[in-house]
Order: sequence, then structure tokens, then C-alpha cells
Amino acid sequence: MPNVQRNIVNTATENRTDKKWSMIKRDIVRNRYIYLILLPVLAYYIIFHYGPMYGLQIAFKDYGLADGIWKSPWIGFDHFKSFFGNYYFWRLIRNTFLINIYELLFAFPASIILALLLNEIRRSFFKRMVQTISYLPHFISIVVVVGMMIDFFARDGLVNHLLGMIGLEPVAFMQEPGLFRFMYVSSGIWQGIGWGSIIYLAAISNIDPTLYDAARIDGAGRWKQTLHITLPGMMPTIVILLILNMGSMLSVGSDKIILMYNPMTYETADVISTYVFRKGILGADFGYTAAVGLFNSVISFILIVLANSISKRVSEHKLW
Amino acid sequence: MFHKRSLGESIFSIVNTCFMLLLCVVTLYPFLYVLFASLSDPAEIARFRGMLFFPTGFNLDAYKAVMDNPMILTGYRNTIFYVVGGTAINLFMTTLGAYALSRRNVYFNNSIMLMIVITMVFNGGLIPTFLLVNSLGMLDTPWALLLPGAISSFNLIIMRTAFQAVPVSLEESARIDGANDWIIMSRIIVPLSMPVIAVMILWYAVGHWNSYFSALIYLRDRELFPLQLVLREILISNSTDSMTTGAAATDRLDIGITIKYATVIISTLPILCLYPFLQKYFVHGVLIGALKE
Repeated sequence: MPNVQRNIVNTATENRTDKKWSMIKRDIVRNRYIYLILLPVLAYYIIFHYGPMYGLQIAFKDYGLADGIWKSPWIGFDHFKSFFGNYYFWRLIRNTFLINIYELLFAFPASIILALLLNEIRRSFFKRMVQTISYLPHFISIVVVVGMMIDFFARDGLVNHLLGMIGLEPVAFMQEPGLFRFMYVSSGIWQGIGWGSIIYLAAISNIDPTLYDAARIDGAGRWKQTLHITLPGMMPTIVILLILNMGSMLSVGSDKIILMYNPMTYETADVISTYVFRKGILGADFGYTAAVGLFNSVISFILIVLANSISKRVSEHKLW
Repeated sequence: MFHKRSLGESIFSIVNTCFMLLLCVVTLYPFLYVLFASLSDPAEIARFRGMLFFPTGFNLDAYKAVMDNPMILTGYRNTIFYVVGGTAINLFMTTLGAYALSRRNVYFNNSIMLMIVITMVFNGGLIPTFLLVNSLGMLDTPWALLLPGAISSFNLIIMRTAFQAVPVSLEESARIDGANDWIIMSRIIVPLSMPVIAVMILWYAVGHWNSYFSALIYLRDRELFPLQLVLREILISNSTDSMTTGAAATDRLDIGITIKYATVIISTLPILCLYPFLQKYFVHGVLIGALKE
């Protein structure tokens, strides 16, 4: 009896897989043009996104250019061990996290605050003008922005002249390790505050106006309205962007730091991604820096999953 | 409005207005300073300290020096090539992907979407990508700046959402008339999605115009350098020597300063000129992106 039963089950699953296969075949024939259109797109993703993921195995190999990815010998976790034991390890971790935490504390709320303040402006011409001007720096290349910073914040530059007028000693802003994080984060705010506020303004404009009418009848002033209607209305947007920020935390802007830092400020400016750039691209130490990069990606991945699940638990807003 | 403003609210609105004006000044003034300084007399600007409200002296030598510099011209030409070529590739590939993935009843579409979304959360990182580009023989060729970023997954998703909004009935009637997917895409979906496509063109083009990092990694040949990499040498590494060879030693130092400002203006001018016209599209794009969460 059990035999017979198994047979029945077998034919049933075979039937199902047969059906599935014929369905797939029919789909491919019917949608052949769509699959043809997809072909270059798929090739792009496989080569340029999954290719590097395959290449990540060199983090566990003694990679030699002559041997290539496949033939280089496995060495296990040696690269990771030597990174964790590296003299600079804690410095890199500290710098990476501190820059990110400062961005989260100051740059992230800045756009939200700007959106709230813009929302309080009644004259629409003035509001539009402020918006237009504040978006502008977003479209200036980072090379130009850092170039202007180097000029304005030089020891004999414009900013030191203004500080001198109120009696302060000149500071070499770009050479001072203690100021690097401040310079990095504040220039980021200058460049991104307006652009970042667009999405929050959109969220505000989607709030039901009758809520405000009701609050006003209940005697709520503008401050109470902001606190109890506008902010909660922006919450989903804020949370989603916060989660996304958490995920990109460790992969933070190596391109801007590479322009901004110099050996004098390495102590506070050098982050994991700039270290990978220096050691890997300039120093050609590929296996080791691939391991450092992998460590970076894994931590980012954990952070984004963590942020998402915390947010799911405390606020029911989530990315997935 | 029947609500009477309280004293606190009036004070707030004054402070708020002042703050907004301050923001505008802090944003705009650096550009004005650079503009005035670039037009100034090199010897005077070298001695000048403080805020500029108009050029001190007037001198166009810096602009002449910049325009005579072969590296700036090659950089400009290369950047235009990367912007046009890169944006064309971006647009073509993103449209293909967005069209195919916006079709309903295609069996593998969900799995392919998943495969794309995974790449947004996890990637191989700088070194494996560099080695891949190297092993494809694209190092030190323009392809290294054009192909690895051919599609931005974020833009692909925005465009797919826009394509899905086109009424199905249009597509069906075209199909009855014998149109295939290629015709439906190019004659119906794309023309009806022009606002989104305009936004995509802008985003991709501005990205190519401003990018320097991939050029820094992949290019050694100075003949291929985009403008931003030339700028990096002039502004960050501070080497204006190549442009001042004709001048006397003392003038050389002075004109070096105005050359920096003139370079900033020349390289930013296209965006500054187009900006007022494009601004609404920029914003439009963020809003389309925001709808899909």
C-alpha cells in the first residue's frame, strides 16, 4: 500500500512540475520579445553587479593578478585577521562611525527642519525663491565645492578674515584634525539641505488640510499644529529615509573625503572606504582590501536589516 | 483666515524670514565671490582680504589663460562626450529594463525585480569592481566610465512605475493592429512618459557632468580626463603651473589664484545657466521618486 501511495504522490508532483514547465515554455514563447528586450539588461546586471559579488571571493584568497580570481589559492580568514589586528583598525572604525553619527544627528534633521520652516512661510513668491536658491548647491560638483572650501577656509582666506574682524585668531580649517568632521558634515549640510527638504515638503503637502481646520477650532496654535499634525504626517517619510541612511552608513562618501583630506587630517578623516581606495587602488593590495570592503558591506547590510526591524517593532513603518 | 496671530507667532515669523534670507546669502555668496574674484585684477586680488561685492580692478587674463589651456579644452570635450554618450546608454538601457519589467503576466519578472533590488542593498565593492573592469580590458578606455553604471536601479524602478501608469487599453489596441513589443515601447509607452524621461535625462546627465571618482580610478591617460579630474588638479592639488608658463615668476603666483576662480566659473557655468529652466524638472523627479515607496 505505501508503494502505491508514493506512486500517486510522485505522479502528482511530476504532473505539477510538467505543468509548470509547459507554462514557463508558453510564457517564454508568448513573451519572447520582452525577454529579448530584457537580455541586455540582464547581461548588465549579471556582469557589472553579480560579477563583482563573484569576485568578492578574493577576500579569502591570496590574490595574484597573474593567477586571476579562480586560480589564486585559498587562505581563509587571513586578510580579515590582519585587518582586525591592524594598527589603524580602531581609528578607521571610529572615524567611519563618528562621521556617520554626526551626519545622522545634524545633517539628517537639517532638511526636516528646513521643510518645516519653509512650510511656515506664507508668501509663496518668497518661499519659491528660498527653495530655488537652496537646491542649487546640490548640482555643483563635489570637486568645485571642496575647491571653494579649500580657498575660503585657508589660513588667509575669507572666513578667517571675517573671524579676524570679530577678534578671533586665524585657524587653518582644512589642516586641523579636530575640525575635519565639523567641516565634512557642515559642508554636506550646505550642499544638501535644500534638496533634501523637497521630499519632506511633498509629504507635508499630502497631509489632509481638514486636520488643520479641526485643530484650529480646538484652539491649537501654529506650534501645536506642527507638533501634532505636520510632524506625525511626515513620519513615514522620515522613517523610510532614516532606514535608507542607516544602510548606506558605512559606505559614506569616499569621493568627498578623498578630495578633502590630507596626511595632516588622516587621523580623524580616514574612513574604511578611503583606506580601501588608498591601499587597494593606489597600493594594488587587492585581496586584503577586498576583505576590508567586504567587512564594510556586511556591517552596512546588518545595519539596514537592524534599522528596519527596530522600526517595524516601534513604529510599524518599514522598508520591506 | 479667522486665526489671529499671537505675539509669539509674529516674532517667529520675523525670525524665520531672517533665517531664510541668511540661508540664501550663505548659499549664493560663495558663487558671487568666486565670480567677482575671477574678474578681478590678479595682483589686487592677491593682496585683497575680505568680502567682495564687485570685482577689484578688471582683468580677463585668467579666462584667457584657462581657455588657452589644452587640458581644460580636452577636459571639456571629454566631459561632453561622456555626458552625451553616457546618458544615451543610460537612457536606452533603463528604458529597456523599465519597459520589460513593467509588463504584466511575464513569468520571470518578479524574480528579475528581486535580483535587481538585491543589488541595491548589497554589492561587491570597489576592489572587485575595479578588477572586473580591468579584466574586461576597459581600464583606461572611455568604456570604463560609460558601461559599469549603465543603469541606476533606483531610476529603473521610477521609470517602471511610470510605464505601469500608461493605460493597458492603448497597448491592447496597438497589439490588435499588429504591433510588437518594440513598437509598443517606442511609439506608445515612451512618448506618453516623456515627463519622466526628461527627468531621467537630467539626472543622468548631471551625474555624468559632475562625476570624477570613476575617472580617477579607471583612467591614467590624461587625454581621456573629464573636466572634473582636470579641476581636481587645479583646485585641490593646486597645480596651475601648466597654464602660467608664459608669465613672469611673480605674476605667475598671482594669476594662479584668479585662474582657479575662472576655472570654477567656466566649469560651473553650463549648470548655472540651465538651472533656472531645469529646476522644475529636478523637483518633479524627486516627487515621482517619492510616490513609490
